[in-house]
Amino acid sequence: MLMDDYDPLKGRMLSILDKDGKVVEKGLEPKIDDALLVQAYKTMVLTRLADEKAVRLQRQGRLGAYPPTKGQEASQIGPALALEKGDWMVWAFREMGALLLRGVPLWRLYLYWMGNEEGSVLEGDVNVTPSAVPVGSQVPHASGIAYAIKYRKEPKVALCYFGDGATSEGDFHEGLNLAGTMKLPAVFVCQNNQWAISVPRNMQTASPTLAQKACAYGFKGILVDGNDLLALYAAAKEAIGRARRGEGPTLIESFTYRMGDHTTSDDATRYRSEEEIAYWTARDPLARLRAYLGHKGLWDETNQKAWTEEAGRMVEEEVKKAEGHAPPTLDDVFVHTYATMPASLKEQLELHRSDLPARKEG
Amino acid sequence: MAAMNMVGAINLALREEMERDPAVVCLGEDVGVDGGVFRVTEGLFERFGKERVVDTPLAESSIVGAAIGMAMNGLRPVAEIQFMGFIYPAYQQLVSHAARMRNRTRGRIGLPMVVRTPYGAGVKALEHHSESTEAVFCHIPGLKVVAPATPLEAKGLLASSIRDPDPVIFLEPTRSYRMLKEEVPEGEYLVPLGQARKVREGKDLTIVGWGAMVPVMEKAAAQLAEEGVSAEVLDMRTLAPMDFASIVSSVKRTGRCVVVHEAPKTCGLGAEISARVMEGALLSLQSPVERVTAPDITVPLPKGEHYYYITPERVTRAAKRAMSF
Repeated sequence: MLMDDYDPLKGRMLSILDKDGKVVEKGLEPKIDDALLVQAYKTMVLTRLADEKAVRLQRQGRLGAYPPTKGQEASQIGPALALEKGDWMVWAFREMGALLLRGVPLWRLYLYWMGNEEGSVLEGDVNVTPSAVPVGSQVPHASGIAYAIKYRKEPKVALCYFGDGATSEGDFHEGLNLAGTMKLPAVFVCQNNQWAISVPRNMQTASPTLAQKACAYGFKGILVDGNDLLALYAAAKEAIGRARRGEGPTLIESFTYRMGDHTTSDDATRYRSEEEIAYWTARDPLARLRAYLGHKGLWDETNQKAWTEEAGRMVEEEVKKAEGHAPPTLDDVFVHTYATMPASLKEQLELHRSDLPARKEG
Repeated sequence: MAAMNMVGAINLALREEMERDPAVVCLGEDVGVDGGVFRVTEGLFERFGKERVVDTPLAESSIVGAAIGMAMNGLRPVAEIQFMGFIYPAYQQLVSHAARMRNRTRGRIGLPMVVRTPYGAGVKALEHHSESTEAVFCHIPGLKVVAPATPLEAKGLLASSIRDPDPVIFLEPTRSYRMLKEEVPEGEYLVPLGQARKVREGKDLTIVGWGAMVPVMEKAAAQLAEEGVSAEVLDMRTLAPMDFASIVSSVKRTGRCVVVHEAPKTCGLGAEISARVMEGALLSLQSPVERVTAPDITVPLPKGEHYYYITPERVTRAAKRAMSF
């Protein structure tokens, strides 16, 4: 097993594919069903196209502030690929790839970023939490979900994503500490994309790695090449298996890079260099997996062209669906405050309705 | 003098206070190299260096907690919380320590610190980026809460807040950051805390508000003037401790009061203002105090924000209700 003799304090990074898609750790190459592998790659391409589209839509004023996910496709999809049906996925706000893989419709995600609460009505073959924008705040939720899994004796795990910035928040420490003390079936995936807006990873913590923080909570931690889908899958598969067998949580540090701005409101050129971008561009997670699939004879130029076109069409259709969605009514913004609307709020709603005559709903 | 927006005016106040007093330091997420996500601290890192303009790890509780420690040991920290919706991890530090350190130590340790944070809706932002929860801070004895309405006001109020011996939460209306430019003087310009500003004289009713609501109230007052109603507009600017005396004295003359805030109605500051007017000007009142507020709901995402945000028309209608009571 990968983690039996792995010591996160030694700082070694698990890497299975090199940047050209060649297997460098033969013994560690995970056995992934060909169809699943192709599905993972296709989702990465779809994510890339959908993400770039979201940025364009924002520039055109058709979508609100949006956090680009470019560069983190493997980091998101690798761990999610190791989940089983019914497992929980807890995320922050930049995890489009993982959500698409688990069957959350793209138009819902667009709808959310267009500023409609209906976008948080998530569907798919997985239990998915809604976005958690306050950084790190979702981590204790994952521990609570894992506690309930254990309590209800469900054969499930909770996989939780967060970023390098989140590891500075109290909620991160408290959530991991709880999971450790109770040996909960949780897997924590820290997507270390090197930047929390303008603050680089080395100013976030003096720890040489984030993976080693697991030592302090008394469970396993592993540093993984975050642009290597195979390595992420292998680490997550093992961590998820351990969690499911009652062997406790794991912290996976996925060492990746945010290719875009923090959000469309940010300008990353203010604080990072072109050399750095070039370094990471050469380590694109899509190119790497595509080369690997090519070596295995699972993917060629024809497939690439056909899927790029099909995924592009899908993206356009999803945008259309999101843009065609009805805007919220006045009642919509009131009715979900409580399970049953209190009389005082009903009264406010009616007063408010009479006080907004000038504008037609929507 | 130069015309500048509120971002520029706050930046100028920070720069001048840092020049004036080497104990003043800025800290927060992205305040240094990036100059703040709204560029409020732009240029300060270059001018004063990384020891005085501190990019902190991403952790609001430790930003405010560390500011408390800095203030205990001779510094005058100006902490930035990136958005008011992210201040809650620091609520414990504010309520359990910042607010009561002076009282706890029988006056021996005061905390001359400022926590700046952008607040308010109306900018089509993501969830948690439109909060206006001033009431949860105004309720805590020992905290001062300030909300400027214009660039000039922002400069004078921030300088006073930094020099104040007690902790001040300085709420910057996001919507007003770049809305208006006005002449802002360089050098010493202070606006005292705890005093309301009469924005417009009037005799028929008093409209009370602060921050991003002030331009809304001014528009409403102008509309009312066209219809022959003379509205007095008061910008409270310090929300805690609030200048209730100015409200009461105005209402004693006008006989009517409309309170405007973008926070939800229940337990909002409008409730407190209404009670104070009742206590201090009952016999002058010709109508009940009107409150124009957000409803008691979560701030909607951008597609529903127009249901939430206060318009001048809503203020005008409330004023007319008061006039025709």
